[in-house]
Amino acid sequence: MQIYLPIAEVSVNAFLLLGLGGIVGVLSGMFGVGGGFLMTPLLFFIGIPPAVAVATEANQIVASSFSGVLAHLKRKTVDLRMGTVLLIGGLVGSGFGIILFNYLKALGQVELLVQLCYVVFLGMIGTLMFFESLKAIRNANKTGGVAVPKRRKHNWVHNLPFKMKFRVSGLYISVIPPILVGVLVGILAAIMGVGGGFIMVPAMIYLLGMPTKVVVGTSLFQIIFVTAFTTMLHATTNFTVDVVLAVLLLVGGVIGAQIGTRIGVKMKAEQLRIWLAIMVLAVCGKLAFDLLVMPSELYSLGTGGHS
Amino acid sequence: MIRLITLLMLLAVPAKAEEIVLGLSRDEVAITATFEGSEILIFGAIKRDGPVEAEGDLGVIVTIAGPDRPVTVRKKDRRFGIWVNTESVDVDVAPTFYAVATNRPLEEILTFTEDLNTRISTQRAIRSVGATVESAESFTQALIRIRASQGLYQTIPEGVSVAEEALFRTLIPLPANLTEGDYKAEIYLTRGREIIDFYVTTIPVKKVGLERWLYNLAHDNPFLYGLMSLSIAIAAGWGASAIFTVLRR
Repeated sequence: MQIYLPIAEVSVNAFLLLGLGGIVGVLSGMFGVGGGFLMTPLLFFIGIPPAVAVATEANQIVASSFSGVLAHLKRKTVDLRMGTVLLIGGLVGSGFGIILFNYLKALGQVELLVQLCYVVFLGMIGTLMFFESLKAIRNANKTGGVAVPKRRKHNWVHNLPFKMKFRVSGLYISVIPPILVGVLVGILAAIMGVGGGFIMVPAMIYLLGMPTKVVVGTSLFQIIFVTAFTTMLHATTNFTVDVVLAVLLLVGGVIGAQIGTRIGVKMKAEQLRIWLAIMVLAVCGKLAFDLLVMPSELYSLGTGGHS
Repeated sequence: MIRLITLLMLLAVPAKAEEIVLGLSRDEVAITATFEGSEILIFGAIKRDGPVEAEGDLGVIVTIAGPDRPVTVRKKDRRFGIWVNTESVDVDVAPTFYAVATNRPLEEILTFTEDLNTRISTQRAIRSVGATVESAESFTQALIRIRASQGLYQTIPEGVSVAEEALFRTLIPLPANLTEGDYKAEIYLTRGREIIDFYVTTIPVKKVGLERWLYNLAHDNPFLYGLMSLSIAIAAGWGASAIFTVLRR
């Protein structure tokens, strides 16, 4: 069934969107990731204008993160104080990201920016994850147990000013690093239409030294507000949030995520991660390929009058 | 406007020997949530005062033009190994939809000067005044090529069937990705490559129902629209977790 998206102004198959939402939902449930970094490029591939894809995906992430954070709040695994500090950074970053996004849109370079960001970040994350899970599988085979990487107790992070006590995380550190992490995530949310969990979670563990059990809940808490803010900015400056598209993706995504969670429980963590890494690298490869190979149509159309 | 004035001047002098009488299969096109494109049937008759005076071949030209919008055409070039948008040309006026259907190839039934005046062929319908790039021509060609591949620009050389030099009909397909606005349908009658009569009518194309409401809200009241999108998202997220907690028990 074809459905006309009122903001994207294209006609797409409703079942294709439900299916995409479902597949990405299954994956995000299995791997415990937001899925924005897979969904946005998939939307490009099916012909949704990049500006609409990015803005709408931000809206969809609000929904999936909200449903996730409720569970974490119940288990008291959210560091609200740390979340708020990350959020302040995130709002600043998101605002800055939108300014950059709109500036490049006027220059006709926004697609390039979005694609380059995806190639760089997906490439980095995918490669890191791939080699780490390979190592983990090899270690598991050798010793029969998973080697836990040691966290450094004291690094440069602990020598910065403006220290603050984060009781839930059991930390007494400067607010500068979490704010900077927040800013980076906010920029990525605005430009790439992602939650940014894939950057924030490792940063929280390795850079800030937060305990693993509060990391996911806290990052979800921050993501809700940053993506909500990003949605509002895109909706008011670019008019690119397509609510029909968002709802279709949501329905598929919500159901898929519940199925995915159940599959995820039955699979080995290292295997899961290596598959996720391969998938991330595949999407990255396709985007890079499109940039490197001469396109069949050299010309493209944009809305006139430099708006 | 110029087109009309030129035509009026051309046509004012002699009394019309042949005239167009027109019918349309529909007088408006509604874009609904499940809009998959449509088609429009234009048919009519040629009214005459007396018998056919054979002075040149009969030509029937039907054009449908969507609302004019400026458009920026960008060209990619290889920079640092990747393909990047480099040059661009602003086209001041380009119809968002343009179809030309004729009973025979256009150049056989219309002179070059008539085309220049009336701007019937697709190339003439696009105007770029302030183009600074040398190869502006290739940019407008690209615009036509891209829009044609999306079904937005169509040239149908034998799309009009004429019966007995008196009745004509044509079917013009409308793709799903239409821009809303007033679509202008123009029908020209030619003899010996000169226009002898024309007829203009408009067909409004508009989003209706939910599509209309959402589009208007998003553009007229973006703040409210944003809040609405967010509340739908939050409600869906909350609803999903609530439903699945119940199911798990």
